[in-house]
Amino acid sequence: MVQWTDFERATIQSVFEKMDYDDVGPAALSRCLVVYPWTQRYFGNFGNLYNAAAIQGNPMVAAHGKTVLHGLDRAVKNMDDIKATYAELSVLHSEKLRVDPDNFRLLADCLTIVVAARMGAAFTADVQRAFQKFLAVVVSSLGKQYH
Amino acid sequence: MLLAVEVSFTEANESFTLCLRLSSVFKRIGTLLPKDSDGWGHASSLTTTMSLTAKDKKMVKAFWAKVAGKAEDIGCDALSRTLVVYPQTKTYFSHWKDLSPGSAPVRKHGGTIMGGISLAVASIDDISAGLLALSELHAFKLRVDPANFKILSHNILVVLAILFPNDFNPEAHVAMDKFLAAVGRALSEKYR
Repeated sequence: MVQWTDFERATIQSVFEKMDYDDVGPAALSRCLVVYPWTQRYFGNFGNLYNAAAIQGNPMVAAHGKTVLHGLDRAVKNMDDIKATYAELSVLHSEKLRVDPDNFRLLADCLTIVVAARMGAAFTADVQRAFQKFLAVVVSSLGKQYH
Repeated sequence: MLLAVEVSFTEANESFTLCLRLSSVFKRIGTLLPKDSDGWGHASSLTTTMSLTAKDKKMVKAFWAKVAGKAEDIGCDALSRTLVVYPQTKTYFSHWKDLSPGSAPVRKHGGTIMGGISLAVASIDDISAGLLALSELHAFKLRVDPANFKILSHNILVVLAILFPNDFNPEAHVAMDKFLAAVGRALSEKYR
């Protein structure tokens, strides 16, 4: 089981409490689709992903970005058993969606960059460490049910 | 020469047809790959290098012009974050008295690193040539594990996002990410 310090727990709760999910979700997903264009393979039916402007203005991308962030909320509220919390989602991503789990890491990196931009100087090195540890656990849990 | 391939992966049973369609594309790609001494083109060098386009270079130069004034701050913060968020990197600096964020040796070395990045921007049309001396330094003297170049690059991007939240948009991000990856490759070129 993952051990969290008091600082890490408080930091994760605080970062997500202050976060506008409906802004950060779309920003992170659209950034991922621009910075790592091969991730677009999973969104063939999303319409126009032709360039950065199209991706950032695409309403299906925005909607899905919100879905992903709200899904992350489950881990925020269950930090002591993220693995169990995401068991079902892991199966979904593996069996039905067939997403290469390396993509979770790419999205996590983009989310880190977006949160850093929103928080500015408040995203200190210690906050970054806690945030990245949290995302690493999420990414690992989502990959657990692949076989 | 541009090759556009449109694919959809909606049904598992389409993948076989897809393979047949792609094989003719791959044959064409094979003729374009850089050849090794054995006469075979190696796909890995095509898929992993993702070389800088003219658009990337233009974006990097324009973005760097905006941020160069804060180069030392960027270097200091990026290195500080590297040491805090990835503690294994501290092993390279056991000779420093103070490894805390923003300390004098960290600030000084962050500045040194940014000097190298500036040199790479100026040499963007041939980064390997421009960074030859630094490449030899890292290969024969410093021997920093190349995985750490990715770590530092990530933290440079985080700092750029913090300091330039509006200018560091997704297009600037992809160009800088590709550029820093190219710098890392140039630095590790002489390793073996």
